[in-house]
Amino acid sequence: MSLDRSDVEKIAHLARLNIAEQDIQEYAENLTDILDLVDQMQAIDTTDIKPMAHPMDAIQRLRSDAVTEGNQRDHLQTVAPAVEAGLFQVPKVIE
Amino acid sequence: MEWEAVIGLEIHAQLATKSKIFSGASTAFGAEPNTQACAVDLALPGTLPVFNAEALRMAVMFGVAIEADIGHTSVFDRKNYFYPDLPKGYQTSQLFHPIVGIGHIDIELEGGSTKRIGVTLAHLEEDAGKSLHEEFPSMTGIDLNRAGTPLLEIVSEPDMRSAEEAVAYVKKIHAIVTNLGICDGNMAEGSFRCDCNVSVRPKGEEKLGNRTESKNINSFRFIEKAIKGEIIRQIDLIEDGHTITQETRLYDANKDETRSMRSKEEANDYRYFPCPDLLPIVIDDDYVEQIRNCLPELPDARKARFIEQFKLGDYDAMVLSAYRELGGFFETTANTAGDAKLAANWVMGELSKHLNQHDTDITVSPVTAEMLGGLLLRIKDNTITGKIAKQVFEAMWAGEGNADEVIEAKGLKQVTDTGAIESLVDEVISDNQPQVDQYVNAEPDKRGKMIGFFMGKVMQASQGKANPGQVQGLLKQKLDALAN
Repeated sequence: MSLDRSDVEKIAHLARLNIAEQDIQEYAENLTDILDLVDQMQAIDTTDIKPMAHPMDAIQRLRSDAVTEGNQRDHLQTVAPAVEAGLFQVPKVIE
Repeated sequence: MEWEAVIGLEIHAQLATKSKIFSGASTAFGAEPNTQACAVDLALPGTLPVFNAEALRMAVMFGVAIEADIGHTSVFDRKNYFYPDLPKGYQTSQLFHPIVGIGHIDIELEGGSTKRIGVTLAHLEEDAGKSLHEEFPSMTGIDLNRAGTPLLEIVSEPDMRSAEEAVAYVKKIHAIVTNLGICDGNMAEGSFRCDCNVSVRPKGEEKLGNRTESKNINSFRFIEKAIKGEIIRQIDLIEDGHTITQETRLYDANKDETRSMRSKEEANDYRYFPCPDLLPIVIDDDYVEQIRNCLPELPDARKARFIEQFKLGDYDAMVLSAYRELGGFFETTANTAGDAKLAANWVMGELSKHLNQHDTDITVSPVTAEMLGGLLLRIKDNTITGKIAKQVFEAMWAGEGNADEVIEAKGLKQVTDTGAIESLVDEVISDNQPQVDQYVNAEPDKRGKMIGFFMGKVMQASQGKANPGQVQGLLKQKLDALAN
């Protein structure tokens, strides 16, 4: 499987990445190499092998339903570029 | 041509946990912006999610209640999209291995028949934050208090054929989740919201038409109106030679219409993949059985019991079993008063009217079930008339004490003293000679109706306190004596 320029442009758009025009070709080649590697692995017969989520076959630990985090707004908003009336401010999303 | 609508619904029920699905921040509604959003909810680097055991238990409760397959291994997936109120850049959801598999519920249709509606699946996911576009001129404000609130998304099969069936389905799911206590069901606050997928096809045709999805409709009435309008819109378009575009539409309650939000062609490509931050959730049969054994009474069972135990009609039983708290309130009232029919009438009538008018939840009603039961006892033992009872109810609602205290303080006790009633009756008869003459000269079979006038006058004179049965008896006796 190989990716062309338009695939790279689409992926970049979906991920909201701004990529330089002259780099697109190189990205396409590198990503295609990765997919080729995946193709090689796909060739292995895994019919009787159960998918694994963790090397130690671990399962999800659960936490009890308790409120352990209080109001940390002032502290957490010190890293925000813009804040007003307790709200994070971002460039206007809709017109 | 005759058309048939095909409707499938996605319901988002906010699970009633204290803390969020993957963090220890509070889920309480209405807090100051961003005071309930911790580092995990904000997706700060280095944070990791830890799954809330209660959200799992609630999802399994729902699965057991709709007789669904429970996924003994379920997996969280990432649904990737960009929006400022989704700090991680993805929503943690479930696509490939949801917690609840295929199940079903039965809905009641007009005329008493029932129809089985398939539930395709129910999966766990987190809610996003809120974007406030109107507060600031050039910026959008983001409140992340809601981010990470646990949701159960319940997806139906496209089994419904009319807006009425769709509403019956939504009401039944609402009754189930509220009776289970896993969702507060508050539609105005967004705890329970519905997306409606609607398509039309010529009756008899197998192939489905292109469908539209109307999002986030937050009342039973709007669901019905939105679906009805959408069905008509689609039929009109097709009959005019157009095709239906598969798209997402927004229901505008003010204009009572749906309008296009975005078409599916340009819709996001969500690039789902298993979330590497969360391991598979594994549960065993014992876990499911324990939940099955502790399941509270479900709406269908409660409705059947109300009919059996309290001899209620079908409609009353359905309304009273739709909410756990309402059903409990009715039972306590009925048991206190020793009269289920009277209790049902008052709970569905005067009480519900006051709760609606004052936008008050039944759990904080100023008139408790015991107080209402006590009031009904005084109607039954003829201490007060039904009319005066409404006045007592008002006073109880205003916090003036229980029924006996109000009756005593306001002197509302019914007058049953025959002598006192007789003097009122005599007074009314002598004061209204023209009406008496009419009565006397009327055909005997017309007189029954005419007595109402005198009844009204006597009751008015007694300020509603005279026993209506006694008044009627005496009036009839005295007027008929004049006639003969």
